[in-house]
Amino acid sequence: MSKMHVSTTINGEPTEFLCDPSQAVLDVLRDQLGLTGTKEGCGSGDCGACTIMLDDRMVCSCLVLAAEAEGKKIETIEGMANGDQLHALQKKFIEFAALQCGICTPGFLVASRALLERNNNPTETEVRYWLAGNLCRCTGYDKIVRAVMDVAADMRGASK
Amino acid sequence: MNGIEYSAPRTIDEAVGALVAAKGAGRILAGGTDLLVQMRAGFVKPGSIIVDIKKIAEMTTIEDKGGGSFKFGAAVSGMQLHDHPTFKKAWPGVLEAINLIGSKQIQGRASAGGNLCNASPAADSVPALVAAGAIVTVQGPKGRREVAVEKIPAGPGRMTLEPGEIVVSFTLPARPAGSSDAYLRLIPRTEMDIAVVGCGVNLTMKGGTCTAARVSLGAVAPTVLLVEAAGKALVGSKLDAEALEAAAAACRAVCKPIDDKRGTIVYRTKIAGVLCKRATTIAAQRAGKK
Repeated sequence: MSKMHVSTTINGEPTEFLCDPSQAVLDVLRDQLGLTGTKEGCGSGDCGACTIMLDDRMVCSCLVLAAEAEGKKIETIEGMANGDQLHALQKKFIEFAALQCGICTPGFLVASRALLERNNNPTETEVRYWLAGNLCRCTGYDKIVRAVMDVAADMRGASK
Repeated sequence: MNGIEYSAPRTIDEAVGALVAAKGAGRILAGGTDLLVQMRAGFVKPGSIIVDIKKIAEMTTIEDKGGGSFKFGAAVSGMQLHDHPTFKKAWPGVLEAINLIGSKQIQGRASAGGNLCNASPAADSVPALVAAGAIVTVQGPKGRREVAVEKIPAGPGRMTLEPGEIVVSFTLPARPAGSSDAYLRLIPRTEMDIAVVGCGVNLTMKGGTCTAARVSLGAVAPTVLLVEAAGKALVGSKLDAEALEAAAAACRAVCKPIDDKRGTIVYRTKIAGVLCKRATTIAAQRAGKK
């Protein structure tokens, strides 16, 4: 089986890779490109640990073929901090202890950023429904939801 | 997952050609939220040809044709429909049904075409599309044809499509003023589950009287059902308790559900009537507020 050549942009960097036709984006990110921030949980689109942005849409990277990424823009957790400067959500997750083991955290952060970019004034219900595709077995979700709400409040304050 | 090939044709003719050439080993890839799960579980055989239809413009385009009529490609994602400026107002029931499929991540990819062609009796978008009177455009080796959406499912995992045929788009008809729709499903939790019963209602109100109605049920038979008797029970009424109960009775009468841990036959049948009443009430409220 011949490999497929794929040209894409990952976190702003033009990136090319070779993949098997049946390989998922998640596997290429982790195993070939060394971008291990994106985690594999269930591998079936239930847990959200592998959440990335694909052409500005939030998707489970376990359910996207690497070949489909041709010509597309990918954003992963590695692109969230600006050098040593953590993203506001990352800081707030630490401050609020919105993580313990950390496996779900990259997925939650990418998903939370996607929510706040669409809506910087979500209700708690909206936050909970938006994050329903991200599973966490440590925190009980409350700290995550409060961290996201708090960042949203900061964003609204900053834009006043 | 070895020995699987991937192709991304630019036209529907090429996609049909690829499917025909694959001689039954072709698998259509729209959002991939079912296909990739099957691949990762080893259910897609070596030698399969994945035909990605998302490079075909018609498959990913939403067209507002005016008067409430819409045409949208089979691979349009739930989030794409959600973000469309006029679709939600025109077809709130169809949109809420499609948007119930999985999480927000799944919504970024999952499509009504895939939901239909996965051919689950519990597919959320299908009852809403059946109630809406959606027409499906299908293209295959013999050309194009148009077919009512309820004619596509043949049973769990089975469709009436001929070999080489692809679902291209859905067309929702124009509706008179005073029309709206709603979809409700019952699940044992609040989010991210498969319908135990689903019900779509699409109706038109004029001066407080229902002048047209289509009712559809999911997850209570081997395929999604169009319940014509329930629609008839609503038409001509003011959606009073008697008419709602008649429609609910018509829904209960057509149920032939499975009996499993998620819902017994008795429970699913009773709920079909309950959801019919509630969805009708929501659709009527929406129709009145337009």
